[in-house]
Amino acid sequence: MKLKNEWPIYYKKDVVTHYCPGCGHGIVHRIVAELLEEMDLGKRTIGVNPAGCAVLAYNYLDIDMIEAAHGRGTAIATGIKRARPDLFVLSYQGDGDLSAIGTAETIHSANRGEKFTVIFINNAVYGMTGGQMAPTSVLDQQTTTSPMGRSPDVDGYPLHITDIVAKFHGVTYAERVSLSTPKNIRRTKKAIQIAFETQVDDLGYSIVEVLSPCPTNWKMNTVDSCKWIDNVLEKEFPLGVLTDKREKK
Amino acid sequence: MNKIFISGNHTFAEAAIRAGCTCYFGYPITPQNELGEYMAANLRNNGGVFVQSESETAAINMVIGAAATGARVMTSSSSPGISLKQEGMSFLAGFELPAVIINVMRGGPGLGNIAPAQGDYFQATRGGGHGDYRTPVLAPGSVQEIADLTYLSFDLADRYKTPVMILGDGMMGQTKEPVLFPEKIKSLPEKEWALKSRGDGPSRFMASLVLDTAEMERHNWKLERKYQQIADNETRYELYKMDDAEVAIIAYGTTARIAKGAINRIRNEGIKAGLVRPITLWPFPKKILQELTRTINQFIVFEMSTGQMLEDVQLSIGGMADISFHGRPGGVIPTPAEFARFVYREYQEKKGLKS
Ligand SMILES: Cc1ncc(C[n+]2csc(CCOP(=O)(O)OP(=O)(O)O)c2C)c(N)n1
Ligand code: SF4
Ligand SMILES: [Mg+2]
Repeated sequence: MKLKNEWPIYYKKDVVTHYCPGCGHGIVHRIVAELLEEMDLGKRTIGVNPAGCAVLAYNYLDIDMIEAAHGRGTAIATGIKRARPDLFVLSYQGDGDLSAIGTAETIHSANRGEKFTVIFINNAVYGMTGGQMAPTSVLDQQTTTSPMGRSPDVDGYPLHITDIVAKFHGVTYAERVSLSTPKNIRRTKKAIQIAFETQVDDLGYSIVEVLSPCPTNWKMNTVDSCKWIDNVLEKEFPLGVLTDKREKK
Repeated sequence: MNKIFISGNHTFAEAAIRAGCTCYFGYPITPQNELGEYMAANLRNNGGVFVQSESETAAINMVIGAAATGARVMTSSSSPGISLKQEGMSFLAGFELPAVIINVMRGGPGLGNIAPAQGDYFQATRGGGHGDYRTPVLAPGSVQEIADLTYLSFDLADRYKTPVMILGDGMMGQTKEPVLFPEKIKSLPEKEWALKSRGDGPSRFMASLVLDTAEMERHNWKLERKYQQIADNETRYELYKMDDAEVAIIAYGTTARIAKGAINRIRNEGIKAGLVRPITLWPFPKKILQELTRTINQFIVFEMSTGQMLEDVQLSIGGMADISFHGRPGGVIPTPAEFARFVYREYQEKKGLKS
């Protein structure tokens, strides 16, 4: 896999990003666009974008896309993939979207082993609505709705949804990666590539959880955001392959 | 083709398959379970898609996904489940995606009961979900009409790129009658607008987020023009014994059938009653009611609710004629004799003949 210096063909040109400086969404969009090109998938892809900061993903990704209601991405993806099993289907979701309001859709699409790929951006907050607590917020994390820090007594504990679905027979590949360093970004691309291959080979459900910086709502600069991923977020959500059942299928 | 003796719920399903429906998504709820079961038995093994979803919310979003690819898609439920589908129906309307949603109504609010009722009229005809949109609503009055209107609903949905609801009730769903089904559709025109993946062409997206208010307003007016067209072209109703009528009863679905029984009784008593049966609840057959006020000044609305369609009748002819109402909510099924007595009393009272 060689990195290209040219503009990826599935990334729209002449668009101004709406993402904040240091945001992880743009990095993952770029990785997705590169892989759709390198794996020759973009022409036969339908993507589903979420309600969340990535709601405008279709402004950047030059593929057919449909926008989901908050949390419903994997239900829409199910409808698309069942109606058109010949297409490559992608659901892109945030942590509030995928592990709060869309928990049922996430769990059951995974359990059915739907043959699509989920890209799960875990930035430990609700980015779009202004930095409220997410199911993935870590203990003591200050957010606009946990101003004193997340307290297990009243707010519960960080939800490890990818670990949960990784246990399902229907989930063929699950990995957690991070965007905190260039090395981690390269691994992120590798993980998404494996997830895409899982779908191309018709082996079942694949999901990649990406620990992703949200400097704006974390109220940190970009460098500190990356350090916070390494020193705090990653401690709660360790990186690595959570399941790989490709050989068994 | 011969007639088949079949229940309403199975008829919804069989007619949908004949109309070219290839994808069904749904969650079990009484009194419409036989519909999904029929789809499970007959759709998959013919190359179609049947998914028993984790909830009605998931089902309607699966409908969105499949409809976006251009497939003919259906979901069905009963009252509580239809509430959960409202989010998705708003998105279908906004995206301008065709889909058919069947509501086999039961008593409510809340879990209510599993007996036939007509309490979801407001929800069905007033949009139900959020935002500025309308949903065409068809109300079958017999099992044969379930077949015909289900078939029609897919055409309307495609022609106007809109979700279409069929509003039945537990009685309609469970009744068995002989039905002559329409021919199975062999091929359907290509849907140019559908998402098919970009191939060698430009990419496309479907979004309901419209941050620019002027653009959102344009979209709202565009939808409204479409709804106006639907109102102009698709309003449907049946007139029963209205030629010489001096009393007009207005009822749809199950109550319309009961009303027909009642009309035959009161005609024996010498009262010339007839029935106006709205087949489309939205668009509501306003004009015919207004025309009828030229010759008739007594209208009786009859529903298995506390009075919901009643408001549409009042909006149509309020001030132009007398309107009275007989309702039995909660899953109680009124009898023709009961309703005949009501009509008889109303008639006598209006004539000043009250005993
Ligand atoms: C039904 C519904 N409830 C609430 C919202 C408001 N809302 C939009 S995005 C969002 C949370 C987004 O957080 P996340 O999924 O983590 O994505 P991020 O912005 O962090 O990438 C919320 C609550 C909505 N659009 N729809
Ligand atoms: S708020 Fe956070 S997630 Fe949203 S664009 Fe800004 S940095 Fe990214
Ligand atoms: Mg988030």
